Formats: sequence, C-alpha cells, structure tokens
Amino acid sequence: MPTQPAPPDATAPPDRRIPAPQGRTVLDPRDISRALTRISHEILERNKGATDLVLLGIPTGGVPLARRVAERISAVEGVEVPVGSLDVTMYRDDLRMRPARALLPTDIPPDGIDDKVVVLVDDVLYSGRTIRAALDAMNDVGRPRTVRLAVLVDRGHRDLPIRADFVGKNLPTSLAETVVVRLQEIDGADGVTIAADTISGGTTAGTDTVTDHPGEGR
Amino acid sequence: MSTDRTLIRGARPLGGDAADVLLRGGVIAEVRAGLDAEGATVVDADGLVLLPGLVDLHTHLREPGREDAETVETGTRAAALGGFTAVHAMANTDPVADTAGVVEQVWRLGQSAGHCDVRPVGAVTIGLAGQQLAELGAMADSAAAVRVFSDDGRCVSDAVLMRRALEYVKAFDGVVAQHAQEPRLTEGAQMNEGELSGRLGLRGWPAVAEEAIIARDCLLTAHVGSRLHVCHVSTAGSVEIIRWAKSKGWNVTAEVTPHHLLLTDDLAATYDPLYKVNPPLRTHADVEAVRAGLADGTIDVVATDHAPHPHEDKDCEWAAAAFGMLGLETALSVVQHTMVDAGLLTWADVADRMSRTPARIGRVSEHGRPIAAGEPANLVLYDPSASRVVEPGESASLSRNNPYTGLELPGRVVHTFLRGTPTVHEGKPA
Amino acid sequence: MKRHLLSAADLSRDDAELVLRTAEELRSLADRPIKKLPALRGRTVVNLFFEDSTRTRISFEAAAKRLSADVINFAAKGSSLSKGESLKDTALTLEAMGADAIVVRHAASGAPHRLATAGWTGSSVINAGDGTHEHPTQALLDAFTMWRHLGALDGRRVAIVGDVLHSRVARSNALLLRTLGAEVTLVAPPTLLPVGVDGWNVETSYDVDSVLPKADVVMMLRVQGERMNASYFPTVREYSRRYGLDARRMAQLQDHTIVMHPGPMVRGMEITADVADSSRSVIVEQVTNGVAVRMAVLYLLLGGSEPAGTTERDAA
Repeated sequence: MPTQPAPPDATAPPDRRIPAPQGRTVLDPRDISRALTRISHEILERNKGATDLVLLGIPTGGVPLARRVAERISAVEGVEVPVGSLDVTMYRDDLRMRPARALLPTDIPPDGIDDKVVVLVDDVLYSGRTIRAALDAMNDVGRPRTVRLAVLVDRGHRDLPIRADFVGKNLPTSLAETVVVRLQEIDGADGVTIAADTISGGTTAGTDTVTDHPGEGR
Repeated sequence: MSTDRTLIRGARPLGGDAADVLLRGGVIAEVRAGLDAEGATVVDADGLVLLPGLVDLHTHLREPGREDAETVETGTRAAALGGFTAVHAMANTDPVADTAGVVEQVWRLGQSAGHCDVRPVGAVTIGLAGQQLAELGAMADSAAAVRVFSDDGRCVSDAVLMRRALEYVKAFDGVVAQHAQEPRLTEGAQMNEGELSGRLGLRGWPAVAEEAIIARDCLLTAHVGSRLHVCHVSTAGSVEIIRWAKSKGWNVTAEVTPHHLLLTDDLAATYDPLYKVNPPLRTHADVEAVRAGLADGTIDVVATDHAPHPHEDKDCEWAAAAFGMLGLETALSVVQHTMVDAGLLTWADVADRMSRTPARIGRVSEHGRPIAAGEPANLVLYDPSASRVVEPGESASLSRNNPYTGLELPGRVVHTFLRGTPTVHEGKPA
Repeated sequence: MKRHLLSAADLSRDDAELVLRTAEELRSLADRPIKKLPALRGRTVVNLFFEDSTRTRISFEAAAKRLSADVINFAAKGSSLSKGESLKDTALTLEAMGADAIVVRHAASGAPHRLATAGWTGSSVINAGDGTHEHPTQALLDAFTMWRHLGALDGRRVAIVGDVLHSRVARSNALLLRTLGAEVTLVAPPTLLPVGVDGWNVETSYDVDSVLPKADVVMMLRVQGERMNASYFPTVREYSRRYGLDARRMAQLQDHTIVMHPGPMVRGMEITADVADSSRSVIVEQVTNGVAVRMAVLYLLLGGSEPAGTTERDAA
C-alpha cells in the first residue's frame, strides 16, 4: 500500500471573512494572553491538577484557544493535555434555516472522552445555542465524567439555561452590537473589538439563527 | 359563407401584385384587379399571400388503430388549419394500410370529414414486415387510387424487395417513398450520432445509416428505370447523394420536414422526448445543407411527417418514448421563417415546394394547380406579417407533441378553401 | 451546489472540493462508537432503483441512515421494460409521500434528468447511475479515493481502461477529474470509444502499454463478455491480452500508482485476481469511501434550507 499523505486542505478552516478591526477594542493581545493564563489556572484549580483533562475547542475560534490553554497547563503541570476539536454544525438548531453549511473538523484525541473531564472552549458565549449543540455532539462521541465550559468573552443575552465555568472577560453588550474575536492562528493578529453592527440584511446581530455562528460572536 | 360565390379581395397570388380572385362553383372563375363583388361573399385579403392549397406527402393520421392519438377527422382539421387541401395518410396504421380495404376506408373517412382530401399511402410490404410485397396493384386500382407506396417508420432494407417494389409500381405510375434507415446500423438508436450522443449516453444514429440506403436506392431506381421518393432527408450527405443522382437524370425526388429545417440535435440534451423523432434531429451543418438543398431544388418538397402521439407516450424517459412530432399546423410558418424570411425561397417557390411538386409526385390531379381561371379553387390565404408564440393546447390535433412549443413563429393561415368551400375562416375551422 | 446531482458536470470545482472535504470529515464517523449524525433527522430519502444494484443501493442506504434520514427502498425493477408512464407515476407517488430526495438508478440514460425537470416531483434528484450516461457519486468516490492517496489531483494522470462506450463511470469520471485538474486518458479498442470523444477534453489511446508507465491512477472498467457477440472485439481472450491488467503490466506502473475498479469486477477478463488483490489495489477502500461521499452529497443537498453554497456565497 502506498503511503497516505494527509489530504490537502482537509482540516483547513474555511474563510471566516472577519472584517478588519473596527469599532472599540476591548481586549488587546496582552489582555487575551492574561485572560487565557487566568483561565488555565482556574481550570487546574477546579480540577485539582491536569488529571483526566481533555480540552475540546469548538471550531473555528475555540480550537486555537483550546491549544493555547493546553500549552499554558503543560507549562505549569509538565504534562501534555489532550486537545481536540468538536464540530457542532450538524447539531445546530438552525441547521434547516440556512443553506447547508460546510463541516468543520472534528478531531477527538485518541484516548477518547469517556470518563474524562472535558472542557469545551469557545471564543464568544452569546445565546448559548452553540454550547447546547456541542453537548449534543459530545453525547454521540462518548460519556465524559464532567463537562465544563471556558470562553474568552461572555457577552450575555442567553437564550438557554447555560453558563460558563471560566470566562476571560464579561462584556456587557447591546443586541445591536457585534463582537469580533480575531486570533493570530486564523486572522494573523489577536484582538477583540465591539462595534455597532454595520452589516445590513439578514445577518445583523440579535437574531437567533445567525448570532452564534463560529468565530464571530455576533 | 353559404353562397356559391366568393370574392377574395386584394390578395397577392404567390406573393406578387395584389389582385381579386372570384371563386364560383368550386373553381377559380376570374383573377384580376378590381373585380365587382356582385353579391358574392367578400373576403378581405388585403396584404395576404394567396397560395395554392398545400399538399402534404407525409402525414400520420393514426386511424385506424390509434384513435387516441389522432383520427382522420382531427388530423385533417389540423391540416386545413395549416393551409393544406390534400394530405397523404401514411400506411403504418393498425391494421396496416396494406390492402385495398384499409386504404379505401381511410379515403372514405377523409371524404366524410371534408376538411381536406386524403390520399392514402399503401404499404410496400405486408404488415410493414419487409418480407413480402403487399397487393400494390389492388390498392392502385381501388377507389383510393393509391400512387404512393411506403413502409414509412420502417425501411425496405432488403435490396431485392426494394428492387421488385420499384419495378412493380411502374405498371400503374406509382412511386416508392423510402424511409431510409439501415436497420442494423440503427439498432436501439436514440439520437443523431455525434459528440452529444456520446456525452448524453444515448445510442447514436449515424448519418451513414440514412445515406447508405439512399445511395443504394438511387442506383436501384436508375437500374430498373422507376420512380423513387426519399422521405424526410435529414443529413448533408443525403443531400449530396440526391444531388448527384439528379445530375444523372435519374427519377429521384426527396422531401424534408419542417423540423429538420429548423431544429437541431442539441435539443436532446434536455432529455425531453418532445424532441425525439425519426430520423433524428441533426447538426447545424445538416440543417444548413437541407435548407440549401430545398432552395436549389435538390430537395423537391417539404413534407410534414406530422406524427401525433398521446401524452403518455412522450411524458416519460427518452428511451421509452415514441418517435415523432406534430407538424401540420406549423409547417408554413417554419418554412417562412427558415426559407422565405432568410431569402432562400420566394412565395412562388413555396407554392412549388409545398403544393405543385408534392401533388405531381403523388399524382394528385386537382391540387397544386396554378392560380388561374378554370383551375380548382383549392387555395390558402396566409398572413406573413403575423406572428405567434406556439401554444400546443391550441392545436386541432388530438395530440400535443409540438416541438415548437413556446417558440415565436411568423405567419398565420387565415383562410383555406377546398374546391371553393372554406375549411378555415379567419384562422378557425369553418 | 445545484439542487440535483444529475451529472458530474453539475459540480463546479468549488462544489467538488466541498464534497471531498465534507466526505473527509464524515469518513471519521466510521471510527466512532455511535456511527450516526442527526443532520437529516425527519428527512426522507427514497432509493428508487429500476435496475438491480445492490452495492450502490446499500451504500446510499447506509449513508442516509448514518445521517438519521428515513430511508425508503423502492425497487421498481421490471417497470423499466414497460412504457415509461411508470417513472412518472412512481415520481408522483413518492412526491405524495413527501420524499426530500430521490436517489434513482435507471437503465435509460437521462431518466434522472427527466425526473428532476419534468415537473413530476419537487424532490432533489440524485443520479445513482443512468443507462450509459453518468454515475456522478461513483466519480466522486473515485476522486475522493485518489485524493486521499495522492493529494491534490492537479496534473495527476489517470488512465481509464476498458469499455468507455457503455460506461457511465467513465463519463462521470472524465468530467469530474478534469474539473479537479487531472489529466485523463481513456484507453480502449476503437470500437469501445464513443464517437466524438475528441470533444471530451481528454486524451485517448488504443495502446494500454504506452499509457501505464506514466499513470498515477489506473482505473479498470468492466467489460461484458456479451460485447463480443456484438463484434466490439473478436474474443474475450484477445481483449484480455490487449487491454487486461495483469501482473506483467502492473510491473510497468510507478511505485505510487494505485489501481481502481468501480466493480463488479470480471476477474480474468479486464483484471487478473493477483492484480485485484495486490497492495496497489484500492478497490475495497473505494467501497468504504462510497458511504462517506454519499453522506457528504446527501448532507450538502438536504442538510440546510437549500443546498450548500447557493446563497452563502453572497452572505456577508
């Protein structure tokens, strides 16, 4: 059998089309770094160490954040923490309300998630619908002992009874505002901005069907 | 229109200068400008082209046997609406028109319908089976006075049988109208063979299957000194072969259908069986060649191959569908569009290709005559300045397999007269 | 993507790559404890097979079920022989049952096209093989298999050997592989190449031995022995000798070259058993990949309010 190179582009993120930063910067690169460091420590404290920890990032923004948290935990504890990604596309409650969406990578660490302490990592927590979808998606992958949630930004306006265990920054917003998280690994630079929504048409913030899609948090 | 006398005022005979034409007692009484009505029914024909009633050498009326697709009554009504005063009813009915009994039945049905004269075509072989000659002489001597013989739908592919048929019909001045299709080369064939058939995965129908038979039959005709008529010529190669045969002085005539003058094989890409026909629609180059052949007289006549099929025989997948398309009611419009408006034929030429010559080939004495005093009043008045979007539901035919559906075509048949009696008045059955 | 998948030509390069990327994500499902995704819950997929093809039907059935669709298998074999009203009536019946997609296999070329365009049904229609026309999901799974082994297909040379004339697999592959940038050579005796193949934007050859050393992929097509009776070639033995893939010919291949066959194989005719079972052969993998690719197609056509990429490209 010939060797099997990784298929090209199989795991490349799709275009996120995040606009150049505009509006007010609420977290600069150093703020983000500090927030992630704090989250890492909180996770370790809560779990009393790195034992059985698995970090699952929700694509696209959650995946690099999960990796950064894992790096910080390794630096402190000296052990590798398994990191994966969990695509929630097929579990979204608005799947039927828009054209079929491209799938994003799901990559479960080899030891799986059964009886582990899974920390879901996402960039922005808003309506809570993405996290609900992630819990359903995880249900088909295995049965963790505990599931926790870490987010870089919590902007409020929850539609579901979901809360984050670890929050980088609580950011009070109005429904008419857009929160944009840009990350080095994807967008070439770190930064969180908040702006009055300027995007017209059906994609304005505040509607359930589109407020929660990956990486944009609007 | 009950009066015996009709005055057509201001029509342009054969597209020429306007004149008045008086019809009386079923014949043309007088043709000149400024005729006095004197109590005759007046038809205002200002600007309309006056042609001799059209004669179709190739019509499928489906009766007896497939009265769900067409009857003599409905088919001839459609013919009249298309400007025809005589049609040749093809023999592939059920039972096949291969005996004097069947051809006389069809002929009588035509007479009683009264929309146009019906000249039955007799089968060449019993049951179109290509095995044994039908009683051609009996059909010729019958009340239907058959002169055109054809197994249309099937090819008389056996060379010996074709030779005998050509020889035999000489006894009564008949003509064999050949459906040129080499059967082995076209087994399961679905559309013109070319790049498109390969891409669509539809079995190809090579041009050579038509051309090889035409070449053979021209040689046979020359050899036995008979009369050959080639049905529905569809390829450039066929036109070349017929041109060559005519240059030799051989007694060969040929027809082209309106659809082969206009439509091309790329319509098969829709997989809509509306465009499935035998012979198949060909390429643009073939369409150009048959138009040129019709213009220079290599192809003698336009014949419709009007082939009605009930809805269910077309509302299915391509391979399961029947071959054929309607043609009577659109023929003159298609000829105007492809030939007259393109400068390839004059209206006098159209009268020749669609009336005079088909009548001569079919030996139909009362049709295809000049527009002159003393001639039978078989006439059509046509408005070339009109235009319409073809709507299949408006047809008089029982069937709806109209390949021009949705196309805009020029012209409109306004009045048709059969021996002085209107069969079509103001575009409607009289 | 268009609403129907009737021909490989319906797929733009973006569409095709989206299917392959999606299939790659879905392929990993086979390794998970619960081999099921909820994307098509409440959707109904009908497998409408007018021709026997157990492997294709099972592949579509597994794909639809793994996406939680309701699957109705409708074997209408024999009906194709009767006059075609049956296709229409069947379509009307399925429409009344609320089918969201109809996966159709039919002996008549263009039957899926007819089903999609004649106004009989509002369902998405997926061509699962029509006559001698096309089999687009087979081409997608073949391309997916090549892509997994060779990476991007731009400039890769694919030799398709055998009865091209009657092969829907060859037609769909030629179209899709060109879309994906591969170089395609169709190899067959002249009698088994379609008229007008010069217009297909592919190379053709009558000589398999001159093509094999340069090929990155060799795809062998089934050749039915009955073709011999129609004089497409003189004898099975002569065909095998001139066009069959045996160990001697396999030795001419480059090290990385893979051997494919859409199945069912006629061992000893177009391919010898030792080649079919060799390490170069990815024939079994093709079957596995078939499910993933068909899941991808079903998901992208039915998973959203409309097929993937139809309006998303315009969205901000």
